[in-house]
Amino acid sequence: MVTTRMIATIQALVTPLVPMSDLPAIELIHATKHFGRLKALDDVSISVRQGEVVAMLGPNGAGKTTAVSLMLGLRRPTGGTARLFGADPRLPASRLRLGSMLQDSGVPAMLTVREVVELFRALYHRPITEAGAIEAAQLGDKRNARVATLSGGQRQRLYFALAIVGDPDVLFLDEPTVGLDVEARRAFWEQITRLAARGKTVLLTTHYMEEADALAERVIVVNRGVIVAEGSPTAIKTRVGGRDVRFIADGLSPDWLSDLPGVQRVSRTGRAWSLLTVEPETVLREIFASGVTISNLEVHGAKLEEAVLALTSANARPAAIA
Amino acid sequence: MSTRPEAASPSALIVSRRTRFPLLILVRAEIRQRMRVPGFVMTTLIFPTMFFAFFGLANVRRTAGGAEIGAFMMASYGAYAVMSVALIAFGVSISAERGLGWNKLLRASPMGPLPYFVAKVLMALAVGFVSLALLFAFATVVGHLHEPVAFWVKLSGLLIIGMIPFVLLGLAIGYLASPTVAAPTANLIGLPLSFASGLFVPIRLLPEGVQRVAPFLPSYHVAELGWTLVGAGDGAGYAGHLAWLAAYSAAFLALALVAYRRDEGKVFD
Repeated sequence: MVTTRMIATIQALVTPLVPMSDLPAIELIHATKHFGRLKALDDVSISVRQGEVVAMLGPNGAGKTTAVSLMLGLRRPTGGTARLFGADPRLPASRLRLGSMLQDSGVPAMLTVREVVELFRALYHRPITEAGAIEAAQLGDKRNARVATLSGGQRQRLYFALAIVGDPDVLFLDEPTVGLDVEARRAFWEQITRLAARGKTVLLTTHYMEEADALAERVIVVNRGVIVAEGSPTAIKTRVGGRDVRFIADGLSPDWLSDLPGVQRVSRTGRAWSLLTVEPETVLREIFASGVTISNLEVHGAKLEEAVLALTSANARPAAIA
Repeated sequence: MSTRPEAASPSALIVSRRTRFPLLILVRAEIRQRMRVPGFVMTTLIFPTMFFAFFGLANVRRTAGGAEIGAFMMASYGAYAVMSVALIAFGVSISAERGLGWNKLLRASPMGPLPYFVAKVLMALAVGFVSLALLFAFATVVGHLHEPVAFWVKLSGLLIIGMIPFVLLGLAIGYLASPTVAAPTANLIGLPLSFASGLFVPIRLLPEGVQRVAPFLPSYHVAELGWTLVGAGDGAGYAGHLAWLAAYSAAFLALALVAYRRDEGKVFD
């Protein structure tokens, strides 16, 4: 631990030209990451202010987890830089101010909840109490249970306890509510909101669009290793500007529907159709003119989920959106 | 938005004192984990004493060629004990933690890679000492083998030094073997080495081919450290055996580093 303190001292001597309070909490600067011939991230720049809550959205394989692993110092960028409060996240001392929940992580099955939290707590310089972390993760009645006996949801809450026990300024939450039921998810959101209210910076990835909408001030949409859109949840929705048109009908072909004016996406479940379009009136006029009978017609503004699907679907052109 | 601390639950807000000796917490967690796995306790703490009870106890008070057989056997079974601890403690636990994603979580924490290994080495040393203490206590109490304290201390020290190459070999196994094959691999390496080095059956009773190979095995030189202490060495002296063990340590360290880099490169590069 002497070495980490030494590195921290050196950093303190080198970086203070920029006041600590002005530094972005998290930064990727023209970051590129290749795995062999696969470009997982291609020239991505992200800057997260201190105290900001940002959600990264995108389909599987979009590059979200790769971006997070660069920010955490788990992986080295092929090109560009990753910064945590201006320092290299690959140095252990830089990570004193961060806590994380990661995908595919695990804790030793033979230890108890309390023992694992105690171990993680020992790695930080200004931790909260063990009991405080366990209570915040709502694991009070499981504190002496072995990890092996925990359910998936309880394990997820244990990871949350580990993420917050160091009282970090930045929290990385990679798909944090996977495996939680609705009630537990709501409770988890409440915890995130509280942490944000205390000025913590939060970066989360999620595939629950509702989650990003509920928690984040800013959404970064990633697809195929590049950022395709960035803004407040409302801005993302407006940027797509589309309307979700839903109805039930027989005898329609998806190709014909996609060729209608302003249609960005067509999906169907049996006889139920859903169109995302910027010109709902024209589209409906065409459908009526074709003589097809439709029922259960609904038209409403796109949800964040619709917006993201539209932005990341194969035929969406980033240029057209920007 | 940072001015609403009352929104947070009060207990979560208590910033408490930093842990004084984080390494101690790590070592304690390592020991607890191992001690809660029956398979680990059996192979590292029970087997050496049990094998001694089966094969050696009857002859413990006899002498041969000027050396006491009892003390000689303490060196043999002690060598087997430290080897098992080193191979199993590292091989199995590192491999399992790689599969689990625990080291990923630790790598994202403020802990560097070094304390992780230091804690494991200290755990292995502690378990090694306990294993030797059980063996020595059993021989004293049940076998009525009465040796001066200085002998036990010297023998323990020599065997713990002899543990080093096997700690490094265990490290290599931990990074090369998948979680399911790490334990069998460690045993498949440890047991034949022990037999071929004359730890259970004296070398002169082994097949001639094995007798010829034995002086080249690392386990042989660990046992020789103890055998030299009881006056039954092959004449190479401490320096000769330590040189062999140093060479093996260098080779196993290189192997462990290659394996570590390869694995880290896959997951953390």
